[in-house]
Amino acid sequence: MATKQHNQSDCQEYLQQISDYIDGDLRPELCAKLEKHMSGCTNCTVVVNTLKRTIELYQVEEDSTDLPEDAKKRLYSRLSLDDFLK
Amino acid sequence: MSMKQLSLDEQDLSLLRAQDREAFAGLVEATSSALYSLLLRILNDEQDAEDCLQETYIKVFAALPSFEGRSSLKTWLFRIATNEALMLIRKRKPQVQLTEIDREDDDLDAPVEIVDWCCIPEPELMNSETRKKLDEAIQHLSVGLRTAFLLRDIQGLSGEETAAIMDISVDNVKTRLLRARLKLREELSVYFGERLTHGNQTT
Repeated sequence: MATKQHNQSDCQEYLQQISDYIDGDLRPELCAKLEKHMSGCTNCTVVVNTLKRTIELYQVEEDSTDLPEDAKKRLYSRLSLDDFLK
Repeated sequence: MSMKQLSLDEQDLSLLRAQDREAFAGLVEATSSALYSLLLRILNDEQDAEDCLQETYIKVFAALPSFEGRSSLKTWLFRIATNEALMLIRKRKPQVQLTEIDREDDDLDAPVEIVDWCCIPEPELMNSETRKKLDEAIQHLSVGLRTAFLLRDIQGLSGEETAAIMDISVDNVKTRLLRARLKLREELSVYFGERLTHGNQTT
């Protein structure tokens, strides 16, 4: 897939808003402007979609992270909570 | 693991304030995975994360009688853990901090890699190589950007809660979050772009 420079000045301005946009925190009128821009700008659409996906991937990874059993044992021992270890 | 399910009623809180061991064990059980994950990703070292986790709960236990409940218990725990981690980093390499703060004030970098990799199906996307890449990318962020991203996007705290934990304004949290997200997106786009180009979809 081709990669190209993404440097239009409009896009740079909208860049400030995309974090608020994906969080649903952008004011409705700004949201409408950004969506109108995106409907004609593939680059910004790709940036928004891959930005969302980036965050989702980190969240998927997080859900599979647990405190390892041996570290948990040492923690409970340090806290004198061994009798509560499940 | 995130701490979304942590809910404590008034009775739990009064037992915790009285340093009841069973209530404290329940708190550790409910929160230690999320705190460990946060510490591991801030510090990028399993031993440091484990040490910090232990220190965090020792401080938490000692401070429980004076917990006033002005912030939620969750925010309070994250604040103590985050401070422990940041203190350790300052001890580890005190010279890094200033340059990292400066870099956060630079102009926003425009996205360079415009590759639509959203089409890669998740089982292919989330292999062990991808997990390694995700960990690497997050370590390339400055501590300030990394911590904001971890608290907001990974642990699911609000902007206000993150601001309180990091002792910065809500606007500053937003700025850091935008920068962190864009940097991570850029790095992952280079990686997935290469995978798409070379058809390298190892599992």
